[in-house]
Amino acid sequence: MNKKYLKNTLYAVLLLAAFTVVHYSCQDSKNLTTGDEAAKVYVPPGTYDDFYLFTSGGFSGQVGVYGLPSGRLFRVIPVFSQDPEKAWGYSEESKPMLMTTHGFIPWDDAHHPELSQTDGVADGRWLFINGNNTPRIARMDLSTFTTAEIIEIPNSAGNHGSPFLTENTEYVVASTRFSVPIPNKDVPIKSYKENFKGTISFVKVAKDGAMDIAFQILVPGFDYDLSHSGKGPSHDWAFFTSYNTEQANTLLEVNASQHDKDFIAAINWKKAEEYAAKGKAKTVSADYFINRYDEKKHMGVSNKKTSVKVLLPEECPGMIYYLPTPKSPHGVDVNPTGEYIVAGGKLSSTITAHSFEKMLKAIENKEFEKTIDGIPVIKYESVVAGEVQNPGLGPLHTEFDDKGYAYTSNFISSEIVKWKVGTWEVVDRIPTYYSIGHLCIPGGDTKKPWGKYVVALNKITKDRYLPTGPELTQSAQLIDISGDKMKLLLDFPTIGEPHYAQAIPADIIMKNSKKIYKIEENQHPYGIKAEKDARVVRNGNEVHVYMSTIRTHFAPDNIEGIKVGDVVYFHVTNLEQDWDIPHGFAVKGAPNSELLILPGATETLKWEPKAEGIYPFYCTDFCSALHQEMQGYLRVSPKGSNVKLSFGTGK
Amino acid sequence: MKKFILSAAFMSLSILMLAGCGDSSNKKSTAKTSEPELSAWEKENGFGPVKEKVVLGAIDKKMAAKGEKIFESKCASCHKLDERYVGPAQRNVLERVTPEFFMNMVLNPDENIDKHPHAKQMLAVYLQRMTNQNVNLQDARELLEYFRVLDEGLKAKK
Repeated sequence: MNKKYLKNTLYAVLLLAAFTVVHYSCQDSKNLTTGDEAAKVYVPPGTYDDFYLFTSGGFSGQVGVYGLPSGRLFRVIPVFSQDPEKAWGYSEESKPMLMTTHGFIPWDDAHHPELSQTDGVADGRWLFINGNNTPRIARMDLSTFTTAEIIEIPNSAGNHGSPFLTENTEYVVASTRFSVPIPNKDVPIKSYKENFKGTISFVKVAKDGAMDIAFQILVPGFDYDLSHSGKGPSHDWAFFTSYNTEQANTLLEVNASQHDKDFIAAINWKKAEEYAAKGKAKTVSADYFINRYDEKKHMGVSNKKTSVKVLLPEECPGMIYYLPTPKSPHGVDVNPTGEYIVAGGKLSSTITAHSFEKMLKAIENKEFEKTIDGIPVIKYESVVAGEVQNPGLGPLHTEFDDKGYAYTSNFISSEIVKWKVGTWEVVDRIPTYYSIGHLCIPGGDTKKPWGKYVVALNKITKDRYLPTGPELTQSAQLIDISGDKMKLLLDFPTIGEPHYAQAIPADIIMKNSKKIYKIEENQHPYGIKAEKDARVVRNGNEVHVYMSTIRTHFAPDNIEGIKVGDVVYFHVTNLEQDWDIPHGFAVKGAPNSELLILPGATETLKWEPKAEGIYPFYCTDFCSALHQEMQGYLRVSPKGSNVKLSFGTGK
Repeated sequence: MKKFILSAAFMSLSILMLAGCGDSSNKKSTAKTSEPELSAWEKENGFGPVKEKVVLGAIDKKMAAKGEKIFESKCASCHKLDERYVGPAQRNVLERVTPEFFMNMVLNPDENIDKHPHAKQMLAVYLQRMTNQNVNLQDARELLEYFRVLDEGLKAKK
């Protein structure tokens, strides 16, 4: 008891000391510049950045797209949250994308963007990100920078350790932060140890990107935190950190910090795949949604699935092992050669690197200290390769450069520490402002880091920008790592909370960027391919408006014969085939967002007029000199009125 | 054979044009204020991938029908045949411009609007930049065939 008290006091003192250091140093940081930083981040007007940076939008639920080195924001990709600017979650076509077994959910907490890979190198086809709160994984198509698919993860709560990829994007993974009863049921919370379990899911990614759950592994009820897959020699393996191996269900800040070591779970996914194929998996009923956006139909479609395959470790020897790791490890990162598995023990004073080679030998020689629910725990000494001493306080995440160095973020001491892989010696450190979480080097978690920069993704902003009341901007920092010494170049604001980010050379992505959707290929059931097909069709109290837009008019732009009680669907097709010419569409009083219709696309706004009168509609996206003329009128008559349905443009 | 050479030339030119795309938008921002001199060809036939006289054989009805479909989908929102709409009436377009200008304008509206006196003049009248509807060389040739049919009709009336 006394010992515990002492330990907690020590942490509190350390924390206080760290914050004091941070706050004293904050004035100094403004004088750190030496003169050539501006030139290093200056991207002259009309020229392009060298890298795309994709940052998680955190509790905004979206993804931010930035340029490096400028730190300029180009786009916010709507993913898990409704976005009225782009009608995401408001248009009839995008609503199915946010369907879950809990119904339509307009928000989530997005943490870890992960670029698709081929042979362990980021290839720029897709970007994945996890939804933490209502467990989901989204896949964005980087030719259009839109969300192409969202899959729900059943038997999960707190999808934090996700969506890390295997080397050829064979699988994206998802592990449970919260262990819960599986299947979920009404039990006393105190029955945690008896009833609560974790799962680790492997989601298969098809050649065209389509995702489905291949299998889940049922694991002891710890908190599973983060993940990274192996590469090269460790290709067949995926690694997951865990904490709360104490299995506490209350006051985790104290009760989940008792053990000296928690575990990294090492999973041989090839073996798991074999077991699943051999029929070792139990088919368990579990509902989940797969929502896919059909780019030709311009429409999201929801599919409900009803079962998953579950593998039990005790029935599948050789599939999963635990590697003891000090202490509440957070990130788990595999170096570019695939040999070292590095864990930031967030409450530890060292960074631990395990050796993959040693791990295989230890498995072969059965150097186990015990077995938990069928999972052998390998002896720490048998697997550890080295420890980085005095890296800073609260080491969290590690990324790698192209020169054999590793960079670890330290949350509590608010700094990045650079160390040499293999010798484990610290060679440089740089303060961050303030309280860094993740960090990102272009390609820094792949076989091929491009190096050049590290981006610090900070949790606290404090005095770095003009104040905006109690809530401040979120913030990232760009640091030059091309020389021996790290050098701070730039602060830039970000959306939401930037947890993780990934960066990739711009040319890999920009050459595939689409300019328009071809009107000839538009297969939307309510789309039209020519203005002459614009029309209004009544079917009972349902009214379908087949509308076209082009600079600078709607067809039809005068509509009469709509009645109170009707359900009106405006299906608006943008006939433009020119880059960067979307049209907007908004109706007065519609309890919904605008539409933003891209060239060649069709989108639908649903509207139920509540009162008679004249309702104007107009284009919301400035499109040409005659944009202000791009408008129309809709007449709504009382229920039962005999005003005839009529419509037209220019008549 | 000649037709083949011509279409091969068109193809390679259109590839060149596509490849040059990024450059032309950059040039726009640094365009000089003084008017460049137009060559005799440019004056008559505009700027674009069509840089030689198009060989017009007998009217190809099938091609014209394809052209009519393209017109309906990509052009008719702004152009009626016999009345001013968003843009000028189109039935008599070949009485006003050469077949080559017609194709270049459809294929490359932005550069023509920026540089060609006739296109500039049209912009001043209609106040609406003609949109780039992303048609390819084949589409433009089919559109031309459609207007040749309409043109024949006009001539027959006269």
